[in-house]
Amino acid sequence: MLLRTTLDRYKVRYASTDDGVTAHHGVNAAETLPDCNQNRPVRSLWCALVALWIVLKIRPDTVLSTGAAPGFFCIFWGRLLGAKTLWIDSVANGEDLSMCGKLSKTFAHECLTQWENLAADPQPKYRGSVL
Amino acid sequence: MILVTVGMQLGFDRLIKAMDELAPSLSEPVVAQTGKGRYAPLHMRAQESMTPAEFDSHVQQARLIVSHAGIGTILTAARWSKPIALLARRADLNEHRNDHQLATAENLKGRPGILVATEVSDLPRIVAQGLQLGTVAHTGAAQAATLHKAVAKFIDTGSVS
Repeated sequence: MLLRTTLDRYKVRYASTDDGVTAHHGVNAAETLPDCNQNRPVRSLWCALVALWIVLKIRPDTVLSTGAAPGFFCIFWGRLLGAKTLWIDSVANGEDLSMCGKLSKTFAHECLTQWENLAADPQPKYRGSVL
Repeated sequence: MILVTVGMQLGFDRLIKAMDELAPSLSEPVVAQTGKGRYAPLHMRAQESMTPAEFDSHVQQARLIVSHAGIGTILTAARWSKPIALLARRADLNEHRNDHQLATAENLKGRPGILVATEVSDLPRIVAQGLQLGTVAHTGAAQAATLHKAVAKFIDTGSVS
């Protein structure tokens, strides 16, 4: 949501696991994904299918995720379906990249960390931070 | 008013109890958002959770925020230019799955408007210090502008560099 001033210059659709958050920020017609993590395999599978459905429905040119497994699934399907994919690892990960962040170093076209000390060559890159 | 907050997901009794004990000696009323903790505060107005709108409005009214080292709260404090005092959750006390909050607090130590308590015993001093600060301009605007530019560049060209 902190990137909205930039994202809203484009035709943008948001997908979130919490429609309360998107509603609070005045985003209508946001897509909702089930929340999941590596400890919940069945729910993760369900989440991956919902992500596929959303990506097929919207057919985005670019998929951008700021974190967690549901976002990673969108990146995964987006890449397979020909979208440009950008992972921005959460600013909460100041000591090490998240697991999905590590996967995104190879799966996404670009992977950004928000902590300069975690940047590496070629990925993840550091290009600023929301904090 | 001082706002104590521990995020909506987990309890953090170590911080809530310490602030409850400190509250009677403070010149400001203290409001606490306690999460799913067990400790029942006696000296603070407490509620388990807040809606995002309610939380924003409490932050705007607060003179100081005392919080776990959660990024969401730190960003909200920065948005409203409020000083924030942090106590990180620790994995060895079962306060979180891992010690990423210790890393966050360590990384942010020394930034304008951000005070870090290493132990609960630091809180009286840190809170007194925080109440002196008033409105603070958190740094980070330049880093945020860089990130916005990189995102726009990626959407336009497929590359951030």
